[in-house]
Amino acid sequence: MLYEQIAQNKRRTVYVLTGFVLLVLAVGAAIGYVFWNSYWAGLALAVVFAGVYAMIMIGNSTNIVMSMNHGREITAAEQAPELWHIVEDMALVARVPMPRVFIIDDPSPNAFATGNNPEHAAVAATTGILERLNREELEGVMGHEMTHVRNYDIRLQTIALALAAAVTGLVNLASNYFWWGGGRRRSNDNDGSGPLQIIMMVVSIVLVILGPIAATIAQMALSRNREYLADAGSVELTRNPQGLISALEKISTADPMKAADPSSASLYISDPFKKKRSLTHLFDTHPPMDERIARLEKM
Amino acid sequence: MIAGIIVAVVVVILIIAYISAYNGLIKGRTYVQESWSQIDVQLKRRNDLIPNLIETVKGYSHYEQSTLEKVVGLRNQLVNGSESDHQATMAVSDQLSNSLKSIFAVAEAYPDLKADQEYTKLMEELTNTENKLAYSRQLYNSSVASFNLKIQSFPSNIVASIHHFKLSEYLQVPEEEKAAPKVSFDK
Repeated sequence: MLYEQIAQNKRRTVYVLTGFVLLVLAVGAAIGYVFWNSYWAGLALAVVFAGVYAMIMIGNSTNIVMSMNHGREITAAEQAPELWHIVEDMALVARVPMPRVFIIDDPSPNAFATGNNPEHAAVAATTGILERLNREELEGVMGHEMTHVRNYDIRLQTIALALAAAVTGLVNLASNYFWWGGGRRRSNDNDGSGPLQIIMMVVSIVLVILGPIAATIAQMALSRNREYLADAGSVELTRNPQGLISALEKISTADPMKAADPSSASLYISDPFKKKRSLTHLFDTHPPMDERIARLEKM
Repeated sequence: MIAGIIVAVVVVILIIAYISAYNGLIKGRTYVQESWSQIDVQLKRRNDLIPNLIETVKGYSHYEQSTLEKVVGLRNQLVNGSESDHQATMAVSDQLSNSLKSIFAVAEAYPDLKADQEYTKLMEELTNTENKLAYSRQLYNSSVASFNLKIQSFPSNIVASIHHFKLSEYLQVPEEEKAAPKVSFDK
């Protein structure tokens, strides 16, 4: 059950990531066609933009993500003994180095992990989660985060975050140009465009509009599958599904977070904004809590 | 000529397979040793903490002398015992864990003691050590499982028998620990 789930999740991740890369390229090509009449310029722009952005994000992701979410680092066990010791336990049994530990001042219980690889990882917990959860429950949550670290989910999620932001960035850049620069010039001195060109332009504009939406959906699908996998991994570490089950129950009934950054929502163990479930589930950052609990109960 | 190339390729592949099987076995054995040393660190740490605990709770003197003596006795047994016999060490360690649990249980009845800062700190430290013991034992057993699998499965079993790799022994998990895997104190 556990290993099947891991294998299936890994396969899906490859599909989603491939689709994601194609999407970034398609949006780039569409932008290139609309504004410079050249697919290749847009493609090149997308590659360069996404590449540079991803490198910046990967090089400095932990600090960027932590400051976006108002995390403060703790560097000694005395500052938060229980949290520190639990993170130590989970790192020990997952056979990964001790990650950096951050605390977010927010009464809503939540936690996340970030970083590039197990050697450069960080976990964060809110003050709310430290107050409300007992040791077993907190172990379940930290086991979940440590699985993200061990499985390189943290790197994948950082890349996905960077790619999603790159699509949005590209589109923003292009639409500014479209409304204030290129668009006006084009209407003045370009009257003789054929029907094919108009069709292509419409398609491109549609793509420019749909790009960010599709990017968001892809990022969320990625995150949802990973959550099931991390739940399974947490049980593998703690050998105690009940701890995580009751932790998820407590987290799901709490108030939304204030300190969380919207684009980091998919990193958290549970949706920090407690959004209502969308009809088709396409816009959910996290799998439904009852489904997660049901899967844990089967283990 | 072609036959020669084929033989050479096969030989190279066999050598690579041999080396990687050997390295895999070495890695497995290192993991087992390393995870034992994790257990050892925690045992030593607990031995260091116990005198402080005794010192702290002694002042409250409602404790039965025999419980405290038992803890001290088991601790000394661990300190002086031979380190090579892992099963025996862990058996003593499990008895010590249980005696410590009874000290904690008695403390529940004394609000003064529970409010004592020194005691709270010690309690967290000892809980931490007990949990780490349980987790490092889990890690030890899973390391042993994957090492033993390598020794017994083809083709690494051939390499293992040439270099005399021996199966490692699992650490027994005590019955009561199976029921309640770790010390946990609800807030």
